[in-house]
Amino acid sequence: MAEGQASSHRKRRVRTAWLFLAPMLVGLTVVAIWPLARTVFYAFTDASLSAPGDYAFLGFENFAVAEDGYWYGLITDPLWWNAVWNTLVFAAGSVAIEVVLGVILALVMNAEFPGRALFRAAVLIPWAIPTVVSAKMWAWMLHDQFGVVNHTLMTLGLISTPIAWLADPDLTMLSVILVDAWKTTPFVALLVLAALQMLPKDCYEAARVDGVHPIKVFFGITLPLIRPALTVAVIFRLLDALRVFDVVYIMTGNAESTMTMSVYARQQLVDFQDVGYGSAASTLLFMVIAFMTALYLTAMRADVMKEGR
Amino acid sequence: MAARHTSPAAKIGFWLLVAVLLVILLFPFYYAVITSFKSGSAIFEVDYLPAALSAGNYTSIFAEQPFGRNILNSLVVSVAVVGISLFLGLTAALALGRFRFKGRRMMLLAVLSVSMFPQVAVLSGMFELIRVLGLFNNPGGLILSYLIFTLPFTVWVLTSFIRDLPAEVEEAAIMDGAKPWTLLTRIFLPMMWPAMVTTGLLAFIVAWNEFLFALTFTLSNDQRTVPVAIALITGGSEFEVPWGRIMAASVIVTVPLIALVLIFQRRIVSGLTAGAVKG
Repeated sequence: MAEGQASSHRKRRVRTAWLFLAPMLVGLTVVAIWPLARTVFYAFTDASLSAPGDYAFLGFENFAVAEDGYWYGLITDPLWWNAVWNTLVFAAGSVAIEVVLGVILALVMNAEFPGRALFRAAVLIPWAIPTVVSAKMWAWMLHDQFGVVNHTLMTLGLISTPIAWLADPDLTMLSVILVDAWKTTPFVALLVLAALQMLPKDCYEAARVDGVHPIKVFFGITLPLIRPALTVAVIFRLLDALRVFDVVYIMTGNAESTMTMSVYARQQLVDFQDVGYGSAASTLLFMVIAFMTALYLTAMRADVMKEGR
Repeated sequence: MAARHTSPAAKIGFWLLVAVLLVILLFPFYYAVITSFKSGSAIFEVDYLPAALSAGNYTSIFAEQPFGRNILNSLVVSVAVVGISLFLGLTAALALGRFRFKGRRMMLLAVLSVSMFPQVAVLSGMFELIRVLGLFNNPGGLILSYLIFTLPFTVWVLTSFIRDLPAEVEEAAIMDGAKPWTLLTRIFLPMMWPAMVTTGLLAFIVAWNEFLFALTFTLSNDQRTVPVAIALITGGSEFEVPWGRIMAASVIVTVPLIALVLIFQRRIVSGLTAGAVKG
C-alpha cells in the first residue's frame, strides 16, 4: 500500500471512531458535565429554587463570610460539620462491617458443601432488593413497639424494655449502618469470592499436608492474596458510602443524628429552596469525592505501570 | 474450606454459621411477605410463621392510590434507560474497543470518573436542565437523568467485552468492504448478547431502584415511580403508618427483581465483578 493511502486510511478510521463516540459524549456532557458545572456555578450565587433564573453573585459568601465581626456560611455552620462527621462515621462503620462480613460470606460461598448453589443465590437476595424496600422493611422490623427485633430480643431475655432503634439519637446511626451493611455486604462478598476463586490451589494443599491451622492459613496465605481485591472493594464502597442518601433519608428523614452531607445538601436545595447554599454544600461534597477518586486513579495507574502493561 | 476439616465440632460450627447467615440474609424479606398478608390489628402481633392470608393490603394499594400507574412509570423509565444506554454504549464501545486513536485511554478514564459523581452534586444543575427542557414531573426527565448512572458502566463493560473479541472477524468483514455501521450491527452485535444482557439488566435495576432524582423531579402521585410511591405511603396521621400496605407494595416491586437476579445470576455476578475488577 502506498504511504499516502495508508495515512488517509488511518485518518478515516480516526474520524469514524469519533463519529461513533459522539452520541455517548453528547449524552454524558448533557447529563453529567453540564449539570455539575451549573451546580458549581450556582454555589457562588443566591439563586432560589422557585426562581432559579433570578440570582446575584455572592462570591464565596455561601462558603464563608464575615459580617459585623461574626462569621456566616457553610464552613461556619455546625449543622454542616455535624453532617460531615455523620458521613465519616457512616462510611467508616458500614465499610468496616461490610468488609469483615463480606470476607466471611465469601469464604462460605467458596467452601464446598451440599446446597452451596442455593446459598450463593441467597446471598444475592439482599443486593437485589431496592434500597427503599430494604429501608422500609428494616424500619418495620426495628419498630420500637411492634417490631420483630425488639420482640425477639425480649423473648430471649437479652433486653428488658423495648429499644427505640430509630428514635434514640444514640442508636439511629448504628441502625442505619447495620441496614446499609445488610444490603451491600453481598456486593463485597462477590468481589472477594471472585478473588478467592483465582487463588492457586497448591499452597493450600501444602498447608493442609503440613497440618497448618485453618485460621493461620487464612491470615498467612488467603488474606495477603486477596488484598488487592479487598482494596478495590473498600474504595468502591467508601466512595458510595460518602455520598449516601437513600437509606438514611428513608429511615430517619432529616434527623440531625444521622444527617449526612447528601441529606444536608438536599434539604437546603429542596426543602429550604436555597439553591445557592445547597449547591455550595454539594460542591464541597463533590470535591471530597473527586479528591479521593483522583488518589485512587493515581494509585491504580502506578500499579498498571509497575505491571509494565 | 471449612467442610473439608473433618472434626465434628468444626462441621457443626460450619453448619451453624451457614444457618445463621441464611437467617440474616432471608428473614427480612420473608418477614415483609408475611406482614403483607396480615390485615387490621393482626399486624401488630409479632408472628414468626405465616399467620394470615388476607390480600386486603394488595387490593388497597391499587384501589387507594395510583400504584398501577407507578409500576407502569417505573417500567417505561427503566426500559427506555436500558435501550438508550445500550445504544450509546455500543456505538462508543466500538470506537473505544476497536479503533486506535489519541485520547482513547483518557476518554475511558473520564467516562469512568463520571460514575463517582455524587447525585446531589448534579441535583441543582439537573433540576434546571429538566425544567428548561419541559421534562419536570414527567418520566422523560427521569429517563434523561438516569443516563448519568448507566452510561459509565455500560460503556466500560461493553468496551472491555468488544476489545476481547478476536481480530479476524473484523478483518474479514473489512476486506469485504463492510462499513463501520454494518460491522457493528452485523458482525459485533450478534456476538455481544452476553455483555448486553449483563449491562442491560444492571441498568434496569439501577433505574428501577433510583430514589433521589425520582423524588426531586416528580411532583404528582401519578407521575411517580415505585420507590418514591412506597416511600410516601402514609396513613391518616404520623401514628398510623400503614405497614401492611407498605410491605405489600414492597413485595410487588421486589419479587420480579429477585426473580430476574436469580435467573440471570451468573451474568449479573460476572458483570458486577468485571466492572469493579477492571475499574
